[in-house]
Amino acid sequence: MSTFTKQFQWLRARDLRGLALPAGLLALWWLVSHFQLANQHVLAPPQQVVQEGLSQISGGFGWDVLASLGRDLAGFFLGGSAGFLLGSLLGVSRLAEKLIGPSFNAVKQIALFAWIPLLSVWFGMGEPAKIIFIAMAAFYPVTINTFEGIRSVSRDYAEVARVYAFSRWQLWRRVIIPAASPQIFTGLHLALIYSWLATIGAEYFLKSGHGVGNTMIDGREHFNMGSVLFGLVVVGCIGATLNQLAVRFERRALVWRKPN
Amino acid sequence: MTDSKLRVRAVAKTYPGQDAPLQVLQDIHLDIRPGEFLSIVGSSGCGKSTLLRLIVGLENDYQGEILLDGQRITGTGLERGIVFQEHRLFPWLTVAQNVGLALENATLSEADKQRTIAEHLDLVGLRGFESAYPYQLSGGMSQRVAIARGLVNRPEVLLLDEPFGALDALTRATLQDELRRIWQAEGITMILVTHDVEEAVYLSDRVVVLEPRPGRIKRIVEVDLPQPRQRTDAAFVAIKDDVLSDFGQLPRPSLLPTSWPARSAADYLFAL
Ligand SMILES: Nc1ncnc2c1ncn2[C@@H]1O[C@H](COP(=O)(O)OP(=O)(O)O)[C@@H](O)[C@H]1O
Ligand SMILES: [Mg+2]
Repeated sequence: MSTFTKQFQWLRARDLRGLALPAGLLALWWLVSHFQLANQHVLAPPQQVVQEGLSQISGGFGWDVLASLGRDLAGFFLGGSAGFLLGSLLGVSRLAEKLIGPSFNAVKQIALFAWIPLLSVWFGMGEPAKIIFIAMAAFYPVTINTFEGIRSVSRDYAEVARVYAFSRWQLWRRVIIPAASPQIFTGLHLALIYSWLATIGAEYFLKSGHGVGNTMIDGREHFNMGSVLFGLVVVGCIGATLNQLAVRFERRALVWRKPN
Repeated sequence: MTDSKLRVRAVAKTYPGQDAPLQVLQDIHLDIRPGEFLSIVGSSGCGKSTLLRLIVGLENDYQGEILLDGQRITGTGLERGIVFQEHRLFPWLTVAQNVGLALENATLSEADKQRTIAEHLDLVGLRGFESAYPYQLSGGMSQRVAIARGLVNRPEVLLLDEPFGALDALTRATLQDELRRIWQAEGITMILVTHDVEEAVYLSDRVVVLEPRPGRIKRIVEVDLPQPRQRTDAAFVAIKDDVLSDFGQLPRPSLLPTSWPARSAADYLFAL
């Protein structure tokens, strides 16, 4: 190995190569706005986004972020818990699967955003409608993955439990749930991502109250491109952070899995 | 020493097959002495695993009866343990937790549980691996954990279903010796299913030979040799060959090696 590649190994070790593309785009953006190649109302220059961001942060933007995160997590826990319960029921009961499964699969085909008109009529434009919408986004992946995870637990494990005279509760708690946990985590992970997407969506379509999505709509209505772009960056950063948290949590909870 | 008698009386088992019902076991009679080491040999598919599943209580739909200390066996019970052919460790539990699983319903204090888990890991030579996960273990180590799990709640009867089948010869020989040592030390009644006749003769008081379709007892061979046994001993070899003759597998005396190397390097000289 040449000394050159050795010198730059730390780059690869931390895998910073993924930063090359964003850095390039940032440079391109700066060049375009510096040489005024694009309309400023369409593409605000980077420094304007930074300024806008700073002024928003001092003007209470933190509350918007908290409002968004709050409803995101509320919806995630509500939908995730409901999904876990339904997925468990479908997983342990063939009867429940026959009774509920077909309807669930049909309803699942309805695009999430198609529910918004109905939700707004039933629950208004306020917090309940938003949280229910977010909960629905979390509900489907958790239900499906919990169901499939539970169904795919090998009978061999259940036989071991029978040999050691496990009760039904012990079988559930000590065998089925841990064996299904990788797939349940996959469902929760997807739910976390979907519910953040749904949070911004809810704030777009049910415009009332505060939230990161609302600041972006305000920005658009006032032709404040800096505000829109700043909102976009924040949404992306929060989404990436939530994803990272989920990845770390999963890695810790599933240390017993063979690393590949 | 336990003094539990296991009696298998006129047992027959039929699985509902796809086209016709499949009779797997027929007219099985066995009296197993307390503390005895019994092996069951037979070609694959002749119902060995099924017989163990009946005794351990995983299959309850059969004819005849199986009695432990005069009580008819219904379902599983902590007085009967089994080591499956595949180790069946739970991948989400550490070695110690996997062994402890067998004590989940034992009436022991937490401290006593920890102590006996440690003792049994010692017994199978796995001290220091308490907190390893199954994916970090070799096949032989996993099987040792499975044996420790089978032993830890001190069953009166331990059933072993080809526990060393998938292991290399060296590991197998080591584990056979360990199993013999444990059996002698603990006095547990053991029933070992194996397709390795030498293993059966090496370990057992008696070897039951099953014949297939449906599985029936062909004969029962007493192995009246002192423990530990020598595999090269003339008496040992005689018993082994006797059992093997039941399979028509007796090695033919021959001057030729049993198999020639398929191709030697020389073959490639002109094949290039
Ligand atoms: N659950 C089952 N349903 C139907 N047939 C089975 C079942 N389990 C085993 N069998 C059949 O019973 C026969 C004996 O199986 P088994 O007891 O596993 O044999 P062995 O352990 O001696 O190899 C085989 O032909 C097998 O296909
Ligand atoms: Mg078998």
